[in-house]
Amino acid sequence: MTPLLFVLAYLAIVLYIGVFAFRQSRGQAEDYFLAGRSLGPWVFLLSLFGTHMTAFAILGSSGHAFNFGIVTFGLMASSSAFVVPVLLLFLGTKLWAVGKKFGHITPVQIFRDRWECGHIGTLIFFLQAALLIPYIIIGVMGGGTTLSVISGGLIPFWAGGLLVAVVVMSYVFFGGMRGTAWVNAFQTVLFLTFGMIAVFVIGNGMGGFSAIAEKMLNDPKTSHLLSREKFSPLAFLSYTFNPLSAIAFPHIAIFCLTAKKMTQFKRTVMLYPLCILLIWLPCVCLGVFANQAQEIPALAAKVDMKFATGRPVVADDVMLQLLGHFAPEWLAGMLGAGIMAAVMASDSQILALSTMFTEDIFTFYGARERFGQKAQVTTGRLFIVLVTAFAYFTALNAKASIFDLAVQFSFAGFSAMMPLYVGALYWKGSTKWGALAATLWVAGATIALFYAPRGFTVWGLAPVVPMTLGAAFLLWLVSTLTPKPSANTVERYFSV
Amino acid sequence: MKIAIPFILLAYYALHQDFWNWTTARPLLFGFLPIGLTYHALYAMGAAALMAVLVKVAWPARLEAWAEKEPGE
Repeated sequence: MTPLLFVLAYLAIVLYIGVFAFRQSRGQAEDYFLAGRSLGPWVFLLSLFGTHMTAFAILGSSGHAFNFGIVTFGLMASSSAFVVPVLLLFLGTKLWAVGKKFGHITPVQIFRDRWECGHIGTLIFFLQAALLIPYIIIGVMGGGTTLSVISGGLIPFWAGGLLVAVVVMSYVFFGGMRGTAWVNAFQTVLFLTFGMIAVFVIGNGMGGFSAIAEKMLNDPKTSHLLSREKFSPLAFLSYTFNPLSAIAFPHIAIFCLTAKKMTQFKRTVMLYPLCILLIWLPCVCLGVFANQAQEIPALAAKVDMKFATGRPVVADDVMLQLLGHFAPEWLAGMLGAGIMAAVMASDSQILALSTMFTEDIFTFYGARERFGQKAQVTTGRLFIVLVTAFAYFTALNAKASIFDLAVQFSFAGFSAMMPLYVGALYWKGSTKWGALAATLWVAGATIALFYAPRGFTVWGLAPVVPMTLGAAFLLWLVSTLTPKPSANTVERYFSV
Repeated sequence: MKIAIPFILLAYYALHQDFWNWTTARPLLFGFLPIGLTYHALYAMGAAALMAVLVKVAWPARLEAWAEKEPGE
């Protein structure tokens, strides 16, 4: 019961932060959707990181490590530690500069202006929205799982997901980008602090990691989890394409526009790899070593099923099971709140979708001119309610694990959209027709992926590789064959 | 120096594919971290160091000035 009280107290605090941010707001669209482009360096780092690290990073990673072993860290964490800061340095700063100079709030506004297109931008909006929804669902599922396990089943999955969805919706609704950024910064600090404590407490509770590692190595059923012998190097290489999604995620791209000064990217670029290390290493270690936690019936049953069927099991609750068994109640509560912090990162995706809808559809098709800026913010808030409700009801029926849901759709689709950003910001020769070809390719490939069997590969490579390379190739090919935007537009964007 | 940056980035990207650690778990750092995990933890730390260098030598300073400049300036 104590851990549940801590988590509920945490939910009350973030709700209050949202209301506090609401009191600071000035009621203008740029203030609500971009916090008036005023975020300072530490809030920028912590909340950008919190925005990127979601339920997937905490629950999904430990669940994946439980099934597949240490390979999980190399697959997603170390590649992200290198690729994401590079993207922030070379694309994030350019996005910030273009947004600042021309007053853009969303990536689609940049694409429309840069390529002199209207409806192609609308198509990109719909694709981004469709790809972002699974990520929001992941957050709701993570919230439901966390509350259900922490309360010992007292709060069922549907009620936990509902509570998290309502709290997230409320502080995004009231606080906008300012509230979301403050909550994310608070969440990141909470998890970074208590995540490390969790490792030591659980490690001690299990009898020490060294003893567990030796036991696992001496057991032929588990020794492979401490190396990568059962994982194809080609598939491992494929996964390095997934972090390319970081800058193409609308919530990250939009977040890049909130910095007060471009120099605020410096600290973020340098410290991002260390933040990833601090979050992922404990999660992966605990996920792997949970295979030896035979004293926890739920985990022992998962291990038995895994070895009996030879197939991975749903293991998103591994970290929470360890916590519930090995940590004292008060610490489990603090850590549970920390985990809750990470799984609630769907806030920024919900806000991003709302921002995109009100700017790329509502404003673009003339509604702001007719109804005014207040109506725009009200529409944004209404959209937040609708998106959260949709994500919640879909999460209730989602069967895939958090990791699979993220990798299969969101990561692959957004990674494949990354060439659009490079083309718009760094290649004078790119055209709207090239962008259209790449967008249609990504949309078609994502639909095909939806119907493809689980674990589908192309010549041993994960689908994200041909999807990304195909988008880049089509952008290049069609752009070289079609008329360029006006010289004036190209000059405006490349007069640096 | 700037001309070398793409090659340095490519080389660091290639280092991610540590096939030489593929089938072995030993040695275990601190008695429990398998070599495959230790290598990638160090890889993340190396990335932080590399980013610190990149921020020093490849920071797009002109971009900031361009963004802050008012039209007609």
